[in-house]
Amino acid sequence: MSQRKAVALISGGLDSLLAARVIMEQGIHVEGINFFTGFCVEGHTHAIRNQDKAKPKRNNALWVAEQLGIKLHIVDIIEEYKDVVINPKHGYGANLNPCLDCKVFMVGKAREWIEAHGFDFILTGEVIGQRPKSQRADTMPVVAHESGAEDLLLRPLCAKNLPETLPEREGWVDRERLYDFSGRSRKPQMALARQFGFEDYAQPAGGCCFLTDRQYSTKLADLWQARGERRYELDDIMLLKVGRHIRPRSNFKLIIGRDEGENNFLEGYRKQFTHLRSTSHKGPLVLLDGEVDDADLELAARLLGRFSQGRDASEVEVEINRNGETATRRVRPLPPDEIRQDWYL
Amino acid sequence: MSEHTLDARNILCPLPVIRTQDAIAELDPGDVLHVSCTDPGAINDIPTWCRINGHEVLDIEQDGREIRISVKVGSTG
Ligand code: SF4
Repeated sequence: MSQRKAVALISGGLDSLLAARVIMEQGIHVEGINFFTGFCVEGHTHAIRNQDKAKPKRNNALWVAEQLGIKLHIVDIIEEYKDVVINPKHGYGANLNPCLDCKVFMVGKAREWIEAHGFDFILTGEVIGQRPKSQRADTMPVVAHESGAEDLLLRPLCAKNLPETLPEREGWVDRERLYDFSGRSRKPQMALARQFGFEDYAQPAGGCCFLTDRQYSTKLADLWQARGERRYELDDIMLLKVGRHIRPRSNFKLIIGRDEGENNFLEGYRKQFTHLRSTSHKGPLVLLDGEVDDADLELAARLLGRFSQGRDASEVEVEINRNGETATRRVRPLPPDEIRQDWYL
Repeated sequence: MSEHTLDARNILCPLPVIRTQDAIAELDPGDVLHVSCTDPGAINDIPTWCRINGHEVLDIEQDGREIRISVKVGSTG
């Protein structure tokens, strides 16, 4: 019999690392698949902010694949994923994270992938009771069924708590050598990691993407509200990861770089937005998103003054670039007590 | 053997890796792909992706913000 082949969903966290390893132990050929939704915590912001420069910029999914010695296929699902985020059939978690629909979608993609590549089954690192909360006893069959994977979906870390799958029934893998982890504790995983000699693995808190982040979700909800429709482009969701977002009026918001790294990043979007910077003092690049009148521009310039080194000066000079035209105005920086807390997104 | 170029500038990781992967899928073993990118994360990510997928990094050059990585396509398919 030829060697059986499985594709493992690799998020970059410990659980998928272990799930793949457990099955490799049983002589199965494993390759990894990783989906890029645009909301992933990987890479991006690490590369943008100055404060992260000291940390090694590693992509955890690639790191996991290298630890395992397996190939990794990274799939761009940005476009198709929009529908998952905008219209989740099963709704959202604590924030705008559509975890259950997301799992169904990704396992469904993996099923298409194994059909196209002649693989036999799919692995995930899911464990009943772990965060994100979508991993429950009653959602496991939903993922298997709605993705169309059915019993080709094996979860090695909790398989013993679930009905037998095809790879077990056919004897491709030995059910006895799978696990029965459940609940929130991470101890069994950490013990297994030690047993395999894995160190320095990533331990994401709560979820694998920005949609589980409260502040991020607030900014996304604000974007939808301001546009009057639930829609986004990749640039929109990238910009939500960067800078301070302040909405002083319902018709516009400002994105203010917090350090040189963010200013450089925002620089790349300059041409698409009205943008402001101070010519008299050091300070951030500010992008303005929305339709504005003269009073709005005055307020934006005064806010910029507040976040520049001229914050205590009586006046700062601000250059405003709008529709390809440049204008300069001198404004008094907005005093701190005139910046309302609820302007901050 | 043929040489090819890929412009992956002004996009952030993992997109330069994905574009590299998709470009290499269309090439033959022994071909060389020169990738231009600007996200410093790519300096680690593209070589890691090449190592695990059996391709060889021939050279990494950095010129200001721009990074150029040359990859020789491996035979593992
Ligand atoms: S945390 Fe994000 S990537 Fe992970 S399952 Fe939930 S929605 Fe999907």
